Amino acid sequence: MVGEETSDEERAELRESLGLMDPIHIQFSRFVANASKGEFGISYQLRRPVSELITERLPATIELVVISALIALITGTLLGVYTGIHRKGFLSDFILAVSLLGVSLPTFVIGILFIYLFAVILGVLPSFGRGEVVDLGFWTTGFLTVSGLKAIILPSVTLSLFQMTYIIRLVRAEMMEILQTDYIKFARARGISEDSIKYKHALKNGLIPVITIAGINIGTLIAFSIITETVFQWPGMGFLFIQAVQFVDIPIMSAYLVFIAFVFVMINFIVDILYYFIDPRIRVKGDTASG
Amino acid sequence: MSFLKINNLSVDYKMRKETVYAAKNVNIDVNKGEILGLVGESGSGKSTVGNAIINLIDEPGKISSGSVILGDLNINENSESVVKYRGNKIGLIFQDPQTSLNPILTVGEQIIETIQTHLKLSKEDAKNKSINLLKEVGIKDAEKRFDDYPHQFSGGMRQRVVISLALCCEPELLIADEPTTALDVSIQSQILDLIKKLTKERNLAVILITHDMGVIAETANRVAVMKSGNLVEIGETKKILTTPQQSYTKSLVSSVPPTNKKISRFVIVEKENNKKKENNIKILNRWTKKEISNQDLVQVKNLNKSFDDNFFAERSKNFVLAVNNVSFQIKEGESFGLVGESGSGKSTIAKMIVNLFKPSSGDIFFDKTCITNIKHRSELMKFRKQIQMIFQDPYSSLNGRLKVKDIIAEPITLHNPSISNSDLNNYVNDLLDSVEMIQKSADRYPHEFSGGQRQRISIARALATQPRLLVCDEPTSALDVSIQAQILNLLKDLQEQLNLTILFISHDLPVVRQMCDRIGVLKDGKLCEVSNTEDLFLNPSHEYTKELLHLMPKIESIYN
Repeated sequence: MVGEETSDEERAELRESLGLMDPIHIQFSRFVANASKGEFGISYQLRRPVSELITERLPATIELVVISALIALITGTLLGVYTGIHRKGFLSDFILAVSLLGVSLPTFVIGILFIYLFAVILGVLPSFGRGEVVDLGFWTTGFLTVSGLKAIILPSVTLSLFQMTYIIRLVRAEMMEILQTDYIKFARARGISEDSIKYKHALKNGLIPVITIAGINIGTLIAFSIITETVFQWPGMGFLFIQAVQFVDIPIMSAYLVFIAFVFVMINFIVDILYYFIDPRIRVKGDTASG
Repeated sequence: MSFLKINNLSVDYKMRKETVYAAKNVNIDVNKGEILGLVGESGSGKSTVGNAIINLIDEPGKISSGSVILGDLNINENSESVVKYRGNKIGLIFQDPQTSLNPILTVGEQIIETIQTHLKLSKEDAKNKSINLLKEVGIKDAEKRFDDYPHQFSGGMRQRVVISLALCCEPELLIADEPTTALDVSIQSQILDLIKKLTKERNLAVILITHDMGVIAETANRVAVMKSGNLVEIGETKKILTTPQQSYTKSLVSSVPPTNKKISRFVIVEKENNKKKENNIKILNRWTKKEISNQDLVQVKNLNKSFDDNFFAERSKNFVLAVNNVSFQIKEGESFGLVGESGSGKSTIAKMIVNLFKPSSGDIFFDKTCITNIKHRSELMKFRKQIQMIFQDPYSSLNGRLKVKDIIAEPITLHNPSISNSDLNNYVNDLLDSVEMIQKSADRYPHEFSGGQRQRISIARALATQPRLLVCDEPTSALDVSIQAQILNLLKDLQEQLNLTILFISHDLPVVRQMCDRIGVLKDGKLCEVSNTEDLFLNPSHEYTKELLHLMPKIESIYN
């Protein structure tokens, strides 16, 4: 924070004004008190309040994570249902083999491969950045411009691949298990159509555990976005964090980590509440079964 | 001309090494308004036949030959053709009402969907029809319960819902696959009455698949007996049960515990191991045989147990005592039976006696010592050695990762750590002998054995510590009748030779009658009455006992 030519007196003054001379526990309680108000101090490197930096970068990360979570959930569920129902067959084997690649290849390798293929060889999609963004005052969005939409494709697909493979495998296993249960057999015996059995009776039951996993995964997506954002130079929080690590910019790092922890807790809380609406067996815990 | 004709039906399961014939050239016919009982032990192919009629055989099973003719329709010309008859011509009921309904759809949604699949009805009409149907099968407040989820119904009510689902499109054939096996006696008789009533009112043809001869005797007009995929005998129920022609049917009928008299041993015709066991059980040499002193071995005094006394749990309004002020005594050398329906607290009492649960209040005395307040582990071990337990489910009560000899040796080494290896091996072999298992079994794993053999291993393990009290919690309810007869004979022999005291817990009254000297009847955690077995069966004094005795399916009813 100080230049080479700063004098010793000035250094001491700065230490005093930053409160660095106080004992550790006082410094820490000051940090906690400020953090609870959303103040994490001033970035060493950028010399701007951290809360301002975070709110500036937040929209980029949220948009990226939401899009890739949607891609992962929708594609993952569809492919999972397909492979769960058609257990044998070329397409199912192919999907499972490719999904294995998704798990085993690291995100940055996939990202670089995508950049090479779509930006360098084909030249159809941008290789970095968010494109043009529209400022809505409280939020900057890339969804309203063509370049912004184009720019989000590669990073969001890259980020979603890992989660998607998880969801494919989970949905597949659930579907296979549920199609063996008595109530599916009983539905068949009643002559219910195969489509209704698969997509109404079985899928609804199969999606219950997916919600838990999806909840945890949104947290993980935010954490994984550090790598994706770095590869695609995406101006989000993860990219900010990586830069902060390089410059030992502690206020940014602590603010980022506290924020991530907060997001994890919130998401799990929301998932628990969602359960209440989805699974009727939880809804009536209070009153006992009657009849 | 019968309504349903099954001609030469064969079902194969092609496995990697061999083809298993689950059903071989089965010929069965059923008339309208008639209940045909289909009996057999597990693996006899009775469920396979039921499922084959509507082609619900699981992979890799296949109907390899035969035809099913319903009225004048050949319903399985090819494997697809039967699909359109499911639900509207043929209804099917499964064994376990807990698992046959989709947990996340309301009962109403499931019925309406079924009705709309087959009948051209508006949602409103379908709803009215289903509410009437729910009323017909005896669900009170049908309008209100219509929007409930399956878990909000009790077991018996759920089976009624299942029946209404199977009948909602007015099928002419109903296949009921063990419809009451998972239910209590009182619920069972209600469900059977319902099926009988519906058969008459709707002129249904019914195939009732069951292993319970009592149920057959009371409900079926005709009966078909199956054994390992073959039809053994088919005919009038009375004729088959009283004058069976085939030796297999004879042995099956003789294995059923009679409800009207006490017999000393079950007659086992089929297998040749009925040779009277000489009194040369080898483990007797090791056994310090207690003389029967006409004294109480176990005294239970004012026993209470609630499962609500958790620190964190709020005292809920519907606070339930699982066991409510129960007192009884068991004399040394006696067999004491505890009977009751599910939820009556019989297993809870057993677990408190073997000290797996702590009573909420009350005392249990074993050999005049109060065992409920023992603090020290070493002192408790002395009692643990003398009280052993045999559990209901022989599949989950043996550790699948241990060899049989390790399973049996474990309690021995626990109570006698200094035993030498050769002595231990001999002892394990003697124990296996005493439960009529070959000594080679010692080196095998539990999954290589059948249910009955596993239960023998459980008994050997329980005998290993030379207990004085054996607590048997529904030891045969997971077994076939012929196996049940063998296990019960074995327990009787062991008791006679080793002077064991037995606490026998069961919901099956005929079995209890054969096994026990005295019986206690439990209802909702309370002891209704305790009396000598014969008195209880001949002159029950408590209303509930009378009801239970009245409701139990009796194979002898066929003679009336």
